[in-house]
Amino acid sequence: MEHVIHTEGLTKTYTSGTNEVHALRGIDLTIGRGELVAIMGTSGSGKSTLMNLLGCLDSPTEGAYELDGVRVESLGKNELAAIRNQKLGFVFQGFNLLPRTTAVENVELPLLYDRSGRKLNTRATAIAALERVGLADRLDHQPSELSGGQQQRVAIARALVTSPALVLADEPTGNLDTHTTIEVMALLQELNEEGVTIVLVTHEPEVAVYAKRIVEVRDGRIVRDEPVKNRRMAADDLEKAEVAA
Amino acid sequence: MKTTILIKLATQSIRKNKMRAALTMLGIIIGVAAVIVMVAVGFGARQRIRAQINNLGTNMIVITPGAAQAAGVSQGAQAFPNLSLEDVQKIRDEAQVVTAVSPVIVTRTQVIGDAGNWRTLINGVDVDYATIRDWQTTSGDWFAEDDVQGMRKVALLGKTVADQLFPGTDPVGQEVQIRNVPFDVVGVLAPKGQTASGSDSDDVVIIPYTTARTALSGRTFIPQILASTASEGEIAAAQNEIRVLLRESRDAEDFTVRNQNDLAQAAEGSTKVMTMLMAAIASISLLVGGIGIMNIMLVSVTERTREIGIRLAIGARGSDVLTQFLVESIVMGVFGGIIGLTLGVVGSKLLGHFTGWETVISPIVMLVAVAFSGAVGVFFGYYPARKAAALHPIQALRYE
Repeated sequence: MEHVIHTEGLTKTYTSGTNEVHALRGIDLTIGRGELVAIMGTSGSGKSTLMNLLGCLDSPTEGAYELDGVRVESLGKNELAAIRNQKLGFVFQGFNLLPRTTAVENVELPLLYDRSGRKLNTRATAIAALERVGLADRLDHQPSELSGGQQQRVAIARALVTSPALVLADEPTGNLDTHTTIEVMALLQELNEEGVTIVLVTHEPEVAVYAKRIVEVRDGRIVRDEPVKNRRMAADDLEKAEVAA
Repeated sequence: MKTTILIKLATQSIRKNKMRAALTMLGIIIGVAAVIVMVAVGFGARQRIRAQINNLGTNMIVITPGAAQAAGVSQGAQAFPNLSLEDVQKIRDEAQVVTAVSPVIVTRTQVIGDAGNWRTLINGVDVDYATIRDWQTTSGDWFAEDDVQGMRKVALLGKTVADQLFPGTDPVGQEVQIRNVPFDVVGVLAPKGQTASGSDSDDVVIIPYTTARTALSGRTFIPQILASTASEGEIAAAQNEIRVLLRESRDAEDFTVRNQNDLAQAAEGSTKVMTMLMAAIASISLLVGGIGIMNIMLVSVTERTREIGIRLAIGARGSDVLTQFLVESIVMGVFGGIIGLTLGVVGSKLLGHFTGWETVISPIVMLVAVAFSGAVGVFFGYYPARKAAALHPIQALRYE
């Protein structure tokens, strides 16, 4: 299987004074195209550090990291920025949309930082991405005028707009109620069915069950890596909830 | 990234914080407006003085007695009655570049006309005086060489004197009495307005200098000689020539030869200092405005840390963030500069309208003011922009 992520012996050590904190102690992880992986772990397990490294927001102390065929562990700041722009889409817990900025402007933003030289109609591409997440009627709404679930959909549209190799979702449902959580997970599953590779960082097992594969991190090491047994489909759960109501 | 997109991002962000942007620009607006108004008033004053000096005549040279040194002690101008009609004659006969020359004998006395009497200045001059001062008549004519030679009792009235003594009628052909001597009014002079020192140029009666000597003063010395040249380029040569000629009959250089430019410079000197002082004070407010921009931009970098984090995460480079913040502060600077410019121009016009001061808006000052406010934007925006660009995406994203 063609892989999107391939790491070997990825370590990250933070040094503060004479103290050395080993956040990651050698991560070997391969994620193939079209996977939906949940990275789990308690706080302090190193999952956030792993997420930052996988997201090219930070560089590893040691080890190799190949993202969509590109060795990124030793790239400079500007090259990493380009990689983030081209190959990655981020969905954050706190949505992280620009305030006082319309949905379509928010979604358009990554395309404005695109230096690859590909010519495209940024506005139309942004609108298409919002239509894909079901927000065609909210194009000109500002984040403050949208519900939490809608804001997260805008964020997902922003992550998708550049057609990245990988969508990294960091606790995407952390700020959402149960029903909205299932809605967002349904959307992510749907996108995954369409072929988008998604890595989901979460500490909630009830969210992780919507993934295809679970990777558990503890003390900077992978302690569990297995397919999800009893995988749930969020769309089914939504139907059930509606019947119950 | 394309410049148009950068400017779009920057203006987008300014539009989203209208109130803050307006308050930030206020400092620049006030500073630029103040500079424009101050300089306009200063330039106006200078232009007015220039016009008044030019009003004196064209290519005029003024010779006054004085600047004598007696045993190393300067006696000051006009300390000695040492210009004579012989000097005038000598300049007229021997000078090459000087085209017109006239003595000016000054007396202040009472003049009686139809409507009463009026104390005014009596200038005894030669016919060339009309050329030197470029002074036309509105009615009647200047007296002629014959009148001067014949010591005729003829007079030209300044506008003010004519209005006082013959209100509503043409004084030409009428009679005035100067120290009880009857004079025929032959002409009324065109108004010249105020002099540089603020006195009224039109409060004057002009008579032939020969008549002035015999009929009025009886004195022989000449308090002032005026001369002029055909063109501006010859003034310096004429001044030299006069100096050499007058020196021939003297032991010491007990006279002063000045041209209009000298007079203008002396009069302009103080206004220039005032203009610079006012502009300097106004520039301080521009500087304070710049510090205001820096202050807001610094606050804004902190306030927008998360936004910067988002931008970095989705692929902005540090340089993109730097440029965006820099463009924001430049746009605010230039925009504030343009608003300030508009306010300054309108303010200058209003000020001119209500105070009667002349205000002159120089295009160079306008250009410099806007360019300077842009530069203020760059200078005071750079540090905050660099701070923003140096943020680490992870820390910026986590910032609460």
